[in-house]
Amino acid sequence: MSALPPYATTGQRIWHYSFRVICGLIFFFLIAPILVIIPLSFNAEDFFTFTPEMLSFDPEGYSTKHYEDFFTNSDWQLALRNSLKIAPVATLLSVSLGTLAAIGLSQSHVPFRRAIMAILISPMIVPLIISATGMYFFYSNPYIPLPFGWTIELPFTLTGTYIGVVLAHAALGIPFVIITVTATLVGFDQSLTRAAANMGAGPVTTFFRVQMPLILPGVVSGGLFAFITSFDEVVVVLFVGSAGQKTLPWQMFTGLREQISPTILAVATILITLSVILLFVVEILRRRSERLRGITPS
Amino acid sequence: MTATDGAFVAFERVQKSYDGENLVVKDLNLSMPKGEFLTMLGPSGSGKTTCLMMLAGFETATHGDILLDGVSINNIPPHKRGIGMVFQNYALFPHMSVAENLSFPLEVRKIGKSDREAKVKRALDMVQMGSFAGRRPAQLSGGQQQRIALARALVFEPELVLMDEPLGALDKQLRETLQFEITNLAHELGITTVYVTHDQTEALTMSDRVAVFDDGRIQQLAPPDELYEKPENSFVAQFIGENNTLEGVVEEIKGNTCIVKLDSGDIIDAVPVNVDNVGDRTKVSIRPERVEFDRNRLHDDAHTLKAEVLEFIYMGDIFRTRLRVAGTDEFVIKTRNAPDQKRLKPGEMIEIGWMAEDCRALDA
Repeated sequence: MSALPPYATTGQRIWHYSFRVICGLIFFFLIAPILVIIPLSFNAEDFFTFTPEMLSFDPEGYSTKHYEDFFTNSDWQLALRNSLKIAPVATLLSVSLGTLAAIGLSQSHVPFRRAIMAILISPMIVPLIISATGMYFFYSNPYIPLPFGWTIELPFTLTGTYIGVVLAHAALGIPFVIITVTATLVGFDQSLTRAAANMGAGPVTTFFRVQMPLILPGVVSGGLFAFITSFDEVVVVLFVGSAGQKTLPWQMFTGLREQISPTILAVATILITLSVILLFVVEILRRRSERLRGITPS
Repeated sequence: MTATDGAFVAFERVQKSYDGENLVVKDLNLSMPKGEFLTMLGPSGSGKTTCLMMLAGFETATHGDILLDGVSINNIPPHKRGIGMVFQNYALFPHMSVAENLSFPLEVRKIGKSDREAKVKRALDMVQMGSFAGRRPAQLSGGQQQRIALARALVFEPELVLMDEPLGALDKQLRETLQFEITNLAHELGITTVYVTHDQTEALTMSDRVAVFDDGRIQQLAPPDELYEKPENSFVAQFIGENNTLEGVVEEIKGNTCIVKLDSGDIIDAVPVNVDNVGDRTKVSIRPERVEFDRNRLHDDAHTLKAEVLEFIYMGDIFRTRLRVAGTDEFVIKTRNAPDQKRLKPGEMIEIGWMAEDCRALDA
């Protein structure tokens, strides 16, 4: 933080300090609603509000019983397992497809690049409820239309299946991967792929040995966003999934409606902690890999 | 000799157009024997880099054949051509160490580990970078990176190496050292080299032959001395080195000398190069260091011109004097800084002349 220069006017001094106050207020606005959950999750009572005991810092007012409930209740455990089964696979799909799309769209000779990019990114812009409805109708339809009024009827539909939810979540995650990978590709020196080709490396070797390691930071950040999208998502899974694919957010949602148990707060706290740890780890890894190749983090 | 006979690299009637309308390269014919160091020299947009990229396989010729060792390589992808290349911006892999960068082309060729290490070490020693194997490209200076790029292009022992303005980003002194090192290495290893540059000094000092490009064509292909002393057209005369140009009309052609009447009315002697008939308009070209102002050192019957000294510039090793001659203010002569050399003063009136063979009557 730079100190004020000696020639600063009164106006500049006032702005200097009010700027910091405004920044602080914005942080408070963003973080306070999340932070307030953390102490509440240790509530000894089954309430969503601070009890008098908690406010007077009486140890009696706090307990970890909601955490115990989360780890022992079979509903919650099933939801956790479902989330952990769906999110990584959806992430893997998003990352593979999104990275390839970003590389393809960064080639200047591809026609209609902007239009294709806009379509691929649309799941991020279109209201989720619309995507979800569309996916529901699309995935539940076993008929493939052909010209002249012919149709093929598939013996299965994707709604209510594990694969259906994974595909839906992958579609939601792809835009994040495309955006982050495209951003890293902007700084990618195309002569490196030429150099690799010149030294005898085929396109596949060049991709895995040269291009991939260099755009990895973008791929990893995109993957992280895709993972969190799938892990947090409740609307699409409600439409496309069935009871067998009940994820953590879904369980939280029904929990709020049906039983109003502060276990939700404990789960929320765990998810917040996980997200923070994940972000830190990925950011550290990303910086390390950038330092290794001599790119200063921007 | 036709283009293909015994040539190691040959371009046959090659044309290139990016948009289907304008030709960037127009009917290029070129053949190089094995072991030659050939430089493609020209202003930007002259088609020289496009030619190099076609040879490397990153651009495809719109028309014509490119042959390597007698075989057309038009349909061979870049990674199967086995041509080494040094890029303008070095193109070192930033995520690999120096040794890994050099090892890359060998790994791709599935060469065993011990063999690989020996070759990498030898290539690094060749460019005096043996102690830098563990560094990353970002930890090296521009000159060091260029050396590594050179070693990487040579490590898999290609017979043909392409260099695309490799010294463009370096300072003058380093550039001169590396020019010398690159030519030495190329000759020692006996590799055929195609070097692209827009720096004419580089082209003259390094090459066996220079191809001067302009407007998608080779204007002249000749060894450096011939290129400088016997330019075949006005573009080459203007582009290579410093040059004085006077315009006029051919008055008389006698075998290998001709008399040109300048637009100012003065008469001079010249060698007819690409003028055919009396009455043709011509640009005569004369190098600044071939102009004499000492009457005793000229033929008795040589024509001379009156000149007024406008400016005298002391440049250390030489003196550069600007004169007003035959209606132009941009006539320059260069004299060596010798103890008995006369230093001209602005305002002085002198008489200048030259050997007819040093003055070339070119296209107008």
